[in-house]
Amino acid sequence: MTQSSDLQRRAFLTGAAAAATGWLASSGNSLAGPPLQVPVWTREQGAAIVSPPYGVPSRFEDGIVRRPRATPPIPTAASSGTPLQHLHGIITPAGLHYERHHAGVPAIDPDHHRLVVHGLVERPLVLSMDDLLRFPSVSRIHFLECSGNTATWNSGNPKWTVQDTHGLLSCSEWTGVSLVTILGEVGLKPGAKWILAEGADAAAMSRSIPIEIALDDAILAYAQNGERLRPEQGYPLRLFLPGIEGNMSIKWLRRLKVGDQPFQSREETSKYTDLMPDGTARQFTFTMEAKSVITSPSGGHQLRGPGFYEIKGFAWSGRGSIKHVDVSIDGGTTWRTAELQEPVQSKCLTRFRLPWDWDGGPTLLQSRATDSTGYRQPTKQQLITARGLNSNYHFNAVYGWQVGEGGAVTHVV
Amino acid sequence: MSFNRTQAAFAIAVFLLVGQAEAQTVGRYKLGHVADPGEIAAWDIDVRGDGTGLPAGSGNIEQGKAIFAESCAACHGDKGQGAIGDILVGGKGTLNTAKPIKTIGSFWPYAPTLYDYVSRAMPFNAPQSLTPSQVYAVTAYLLFLNGILPESAKLDASSLSRIEMPNRGGFTSDPRPDVPPPAASIQR
Repeated sequence: MTQSSDLQRRAFLTGAAAAATGWLASSGNSLAGPPLQVPVWTREQGAAIVSPPYGVPSRFEDGIVRRPRATPPIPTAASSGTPLQHLHGIITPAGLHYERHHAGVPAIDPDHHRLVVHGLVERPLVLSMDDLLRFPSVSRIHFLECSGNTATWNSGNPKWTVQDTHGLLSCSEWTGVSLVTILGEVGLKPGAKWILAEGADAAAMSRSIPIEIALDDAILAYAQNGERLRPEQGYPLRLFLPGIEGNMSIKWLRRLKVGDQPFQSREETSKYTDLMPDGTARQFTFTMEAKSVITSPSGGHQLRGPGFYEIKGFAWSGRGSIKHVDVSIDGGTTWRTAELQEPVQSKCLTRFRLPWDWDGGPTLLQSRATDSTGYRQPTKQQLITARGLNSNYHFNAVYGWQVGEGGAVTHVV
Repeated sequence: MSFNRTQAAFAIAVFLLVGQAEAQTVGRYKLGHVADPGEIAAWDIDVRGDGTGLPAGSGNIEQGKAIFAESCAACHGDKGQGAIGDILVGGKGTLNTAKPIKTIGSFWPYAPTLYDYVSRAMPFNAPQSLTPSQVYAVTAYLLFLNGILPESAKLDASSLSRIEMPNRGGFTSDPRPDVPPPAASIQR
């Protein structure tokens, strides 16, 4: 706290000095501006209630939307990223939650949707949405991240924003039925070790899930951030596996089949596997390991001049909670402890903050997270040494943004 | 996962016992209804890597070639060389190079997975529209294009399950964390 106060005082003094030398005069920080006017919105009635009946963001925020990194050749089998640089707190608005669909978003009538649970069970069940809403419910806040997020081992574009580099990451309060509750209803038979989860979309997307993960903290989610799921997030029902790569949280969930071994679907053999330099591939790399990113300032931002800024970012780990975040304001030469903002929860985005007094010179801003298991986010070179360059998934290296002499912030390859 | 292997094994053991005890009655919450195999047959489509779940039917390469030309080539190229859809053919010997090409022939460990994926998700604009025999035919054609089946081959559940894919031994389990934790002196 003392360190923080000192910094703020120094930032203020530096800012005053900068103003005196004219650095900030053109950016609205001079001592007196023109007299304030009483604006038109104060002189007339605003909009009536229920206009619109379902609220939407201010029209002045209409640039804050999901975007694909590039125009996808097949828009139904593509992804769009969350604008993390524009978010506050840890919750992602449902309408900005990232998308990754393999065959588009189905329009499912919940009255006709069913969940089938069968295979190595005592009592196979067919459940309607009405049935599922009657079971005891749970609500928990967790991040969801695509295993292909930040697949930037050796590439990139200086113009990339954090939405481009880390946008396949979001965080919501998820509400539904604990999967353990439903597995208790059907009764697992001896030998039950894996569960195939299958979607009702045009890909009939399927993944095999080890029973340890299913019995841990998995949710059959029907709601997100207080409302029923958005269609893009699996309406009316999705699986949610906290801390696990996003594609396994099967959306539009229609079927769970219990078996004694993995089913070896296309998604868990030819797609979500990590190719090593010797030509072998790691399979079933489920957990999203500790990671962090600075969201402010970040790619695309333009700093207005030397002086005070608060460095802000997200840290998260699929193995537990965030214990510590280091931030470097000098390209990794020295590291300082960032403040973690409560709540700090397991498998959840955690906000970190560090006061920063920018001296106006070029520098590299970086962050690195340590989680409750003691694991610390590795460097890019450590990961390349361990995995080579062909392992497309689970890239979680220390990440940085370059601040240029004039204050332009850019992506660093 | 938030608990270790021993704890997980114990939890599963307890869970199985509870499951068996409850099975003698009905579900605790008495919601939903018991699934009849006939009721869920249209959804029970999974085919495991070892061929478990493959349906009756059969198809040959000539039939598969015609189906591929009509329903698949627009996205994957007329010989499976790839277009807006994935490359399906070739790539052998590239997995340990700077430009690996992951195809059915070079990468996929199980042949029945090909049947599973085509039957559940293809053709892209009309998924689940092919009959089992048509899916066997397309599967046979793709394995032929990859040099895994001769031109005279015909596939059914039994023959598809017996195919050994070239990269069958190419997969390992997750060794992470694969970067060691920092030394105690700098660990926070």
